[in-house]
Parts: sequence; structure tokens; C-alpha cells
Amino acid sequence: MLSEELRKELRTRVAHAVTNREAAVDVMKELQRHYGWLTDEAVAEAAELLGLTPLQVEELATFYEMIYRRPVGRRVIHVCDSISCWALGGESLMAHLARQLGIEPGGTTADGMFTLLPCCCLGNCGDAPTLMIGDTLYGLVTPEKADEIVGKEGTAAQ
Amino acid sequence: MVPSPLAGEGEGGGEVELFSMFRRHPPPDPLPSREGDKTFAWTLFLERMTCMEQLLFRHNRPGRCVTFAEYRSDGGFAALEKALSGMSPSDVQQVVIDSNLRGRGGAGFPTGKKWSFVPRDIPGPRYLICNCDEMEPGTYKDRVLLEANPYSLVEGMTLAAYAIGVAHAFIFIRRGYEEAAENCRRAIAEAKATGLLGENILGSGFSLELDVHQSAGRYICGEETALMNALEGRRANPRSKPPFPAVKGLWGRPTVVNNVETLANIPAIVAGGAAWFKGLARIPEAAGTKLFCVSGHVKNAACFELPLGMTLGEIIDGPCGGMLPGREFKACIPGGASTPFFTKAHWNVPMDFDTVAKAGSRLGTGGIVVFDRNTCMVAATLNLVSFYARESCGWCTPCREGLPFVQDVLARIEAGEGREEHIGILREHVQYLNYAFCPLAPGAMGPVEGLLRLFEDEIREHIVLGRCPLGGK
Repeated sequence: MLSEELRKELRTRVAHAVTNREAAVDVMKELQRHYGWLTDEAVAEAAELLGLTPLQVEELATFYEMIYRRPVGRRVIHVCDSISCWALGGESLMAHLARQLGIEPGGTTADGMFTLLPCCCLGNCGDAPTLMIGDTLYGLVTPEKADEIVGKEGTAAQ
Repeated sequence: MVPSPLAGEGEGGGEVELFSMFRRHPPPDPLPSREGDKTFAWTLFLERMTCMEQLLFRHNRPGRCVTFAEYRSDGGFAALEKALSGMSPSDVQQVVIDSNLRGRGGAGFPTGKKWSFVPRDIPGPRYLICNCDEMEPGTYKDRVLLEANPYSLVEGMTLAAYAIGVAHAFIFIRRGYEEAAENCRRAIAEAKATGLLGENILGSGFSLELDVHQSAGRYICGEETALMNALEGRRANPRSKPPFPAVKGLWGRPTVVNNVETLANIPAIVAGGAAWFKGLARIPEAAGTKLFCVSGHVKNAACFELPLGMTLGEIIDGPCGGMLPGREFKACIPGGASTPFFTKAHWNVPMDFDTVAKAGSRLGTGGIVVFDRNTCMVAATLNLVSFYARESCGWCTPCREGLPFVQDVLARIEAGEGREEHIGILREHVQYLNYAFCPLAPGAMGPVEGLLRLFEDEIREHIVLGRCPLGGK
């Protein structure tokens, strides 16, 4: 359930838009922030706020890399697998993280803390290899540095 | 060389003895480190050592974003004041046409010409969109630019809107660029609070509303018609052209879509004039500077503002400080993931739109990705094609079906399961994928075309040996 406050905030955002659906990405992101992922309930709520059908929201939700339509951990680790990171060890970084966390790319740790996902270019190519957790970008990530980052993010999310 | 009319230009002057300067003053070592503010360190170095004018980075401060007050006292918004007090919209458009500014987002279309396609005589709104959906692998210049200074963009967009007659403009920012988006929002609020944006700007009667739209991550949103669908809150499949956006774009209205770097150039062009801007380039057919963002196996992988027309070799040996220790240059992507490879044979190609095109590739975004001798070019191409296969929006068959097929063929060759006929199949698909609905699939085949043209022997070696001769990397 959404709080009255959040619902009001989202209605204001929709009201500011040139057309209702222009606010769709913002609304989906806010609902995802609230629920942790874009639940079926959130899709229905977004549809109601935007004056769309749930199916119309679904076709947007499934289009974007950062909208999760399945449950994810409290922290999602996006590891860049595009060309600059690939050239500087992106594949071994991903393999290292998968080993350390004990999950395959796409999986979530048993404690629900981390989801590990490959992603496309994060725009940090000069500091490859790169990963992103939440809105935080990490560059020049060695395996040691990756362990440190995961430890820190894990503690912060406790 | 036209003397610089911009304020605060140090020694200035002098077409840059850039390369002899680099030889006489070798780039500092170990400064700048692989961490810290590399871009700023290099901006300073380039200015001091070469008297080279920095246009986009001239307001930068070390390790942080320039403030509104600093930008103002550096002469920021003077171009807007100049335009609104004494230039007509068509004067502004004309100076941009005369400057030969070409789009910095990849296609290199002349900016002033693009603006001139917008019909002036039909009533109702028209729109300006800044494309900051920077997701081309190997490209990060717009992020570096906006993290250091969002004001040139805001001023440039206001000037562009004035020239085209736009009252509502958008900055479309990719996911993950939170700091850039935050900087833009702050710059917009500050400009509004001081009468430089919003209603009746500087008492001129001209008004502009500027909004930031943050996307949720999908490469195709950078294609201008897909971007308009994304902004409207529709699934971001590209639209057919014609009608072109200049006639029928956002919400069916005339729309101009320009890249961040393109728009950030406008204030300096209006302030400095077309002749000065053209003179910044190193070869007469080019105009202005370009942000080159370099990555891969070089020592200093950073974003540099350099004159257009510098050669590839000068960029790699100069500001990039050469290859990483013990590595030897093999090839590079000259302008983002969709551009065919360059090799040592292209070392002396001047990096400008037409010169790079003549050499068989594209200047693209200026994102240079450098590979050393141990890099397998089949594996590199496979990585690039995999990116495009995943990012295909699925709208048309050549792209949706063709890219995974090409990806599979490359994966087989890399895994040592390639057959001679695969080379012909790849070659055919370079042609077939041109039948796609939008430029994504033909772009994806850029590196495949380069692989076939420049590294056919390396592909064949995989097939003959039944394994990757470089052990997969």
C-alpha cells in the first residue's frame, strides 16, 4: 500500500507533465523505490495514477533495464560488461563477484541482500572495470576493491 | 588564427605547436593518476603547455563542479546577454551555421542546418531536446562535461531555443547519471532565480521552460525518434522517418534533438564568432574542439578536449601518455562501439568527421577504445555485437533475429567451432542488416565490417586452429 503522502507526491508529478504518461518512468521509479521492485500491485497503482491500463504500464516496465519486474536483493550490483570494461578485466570481475557471493549472474543471495546483474556501458569507461550499486558508481574495481565495496554496501543495507 | 575574444584566456594565441610541445614537455608522470580528477589535470596541462584553448572545459574546477557564481564571473551567460540584447533569432542561427558546428552525438550532422529545417510559419508549440542518453559503449564525455559544468549546456539550450523559437525544452538523461542530472536541476534553478531562464528572460520577452527527464536505461533511447517516444512515456521503439522530427516530432510538433556537447558549444560560438570557432580546429576543413574520451589499454584513460583534426597517434601518444607499460598498440575503436576499427595503418588519420569517414570508419562520439596486441579482435567484436543484440528493441526482424544470429556465428568462431563458410555468412549479414528499421543494427555491423576488412586473417586463424590463437583475450 502507498502512503497518502507518496500518492500525493506522485499525483503532483503527473499533474506537472505535458501528458499523463510522460511521467510514467518517474512514477515507476518511485514505486520501485517504495516496494524494492515493481510489484504487480505497483503496476496497478502506476496505471491508476497515469490513467493507463496495467498492460500499458507493463509494456514500459519490461522495456527498461533499471525497472525490476521480479524481486531483487536490497542492493543490486550492476557489473558493466561492455567493451572498455571487457578489455580491462570485466569478465573476471563478474566471475569473482559470482564466486564471492555464491550466486550466478541474475541470482540473489539467500539472505536477500545482493542481486548480481550484468549491465551495459555505465559511462565510466576511463576507470574500467566499473560497477554500480544503487546510484553509486565505482571505478577501477579490482577483485580486492570489489570485496571491500560489497562489505561496505552490505553493512550499510543491514 | 583569429585571436580569442573570450575573457580569461591566459597566454592564448598561437596555433598550437601541440605536438612539438608534447615532445619538449613530455606529459607529467605519474600525474595525473588513474584516480582523482584526471580531466582537470589534463585540461590544465593542455592549456599551460600548449596555449591550447579549452572551450568546453574552460570553466572547470579541480575535482568538483563549477559554481553558478564562478561561471558568471568567468564570463558565463555573456553570450545569452549578447544574443538577447542585440541579435535576432536568425542571427543566432546564422552564426551557428557559419561556424560549421557538427553534431557531437555521433552522426555529425551540421547543427545550424538541422535548426533551419524547423518550419517557422506554423502556429503552436515546438520543442528542443538535449540528448544525454549517452549509452554508446566507450563514451562518457557528456557525463564528464555535466559533472564539471552544467551551465554551458543550460546557456546553450537557451540560445538554441531562442534561435528556433522554442518555449519548452527537455534534457533527456540516461539512467545512472545522477550527479549530472542533479547538476542540471541545480543549474536550471539558479538560472531561473536570476532571470536567465523561465519567464521573460533578461527582460527580452523571450521565455523558456526547461525540464530534466531521467530515463531508466535502454540504449535505443539515444536514437532521436525512440527518444521522443521515451519522453512521451511510450515504449521507446524508433519511429519511421519521414516525417522528420524537425517537422513532426515530440507530441507531433516540430522538434530539434541535439547532443549535450553540441549544445554546450553554442555559448562560445555566439560569444566568439564563427571564424574564431573554426580556427580552433587543426585542419581547415574541421571546426572547433571535440571531447575525446579514451579508454582501454592506454596509460591515461581520460576525457580530453582537443582540437578536431589531431591525428589518432597524436592523441594516443600525447594526452593519453601512450600505451600501458608493456603493451603494444594493435587496434582501436575510433568513435564509440558502432564504428569500424582503426589499426596502426590509421595512426596518422586526422580525427575529424570527413577524414575518419574517408579512412573507412566514423568519428562517432569521440569515444576511443584502445586494444593491445594480446586482444583477440573476434572476441572484441563478439562483445560489441552482444551488446547490440541485447539492446535491440525487437521492433524489426533484421535486428531482432539478425543480431543474435551474428552473435552466435562469432561465438562459434571464437570457441574454435568456426567454418570457412562463416566468413561469407558474416559478410552477407553486414549487407542484410542494413534492411533494419533504424540505425541500431547497421551500427552494430560497423565493427563486424571492420573485422572482416582488417582482420580476416585473424578470423581464419581461429577456424584453422580450431581455437582462439590468443587464448580468448
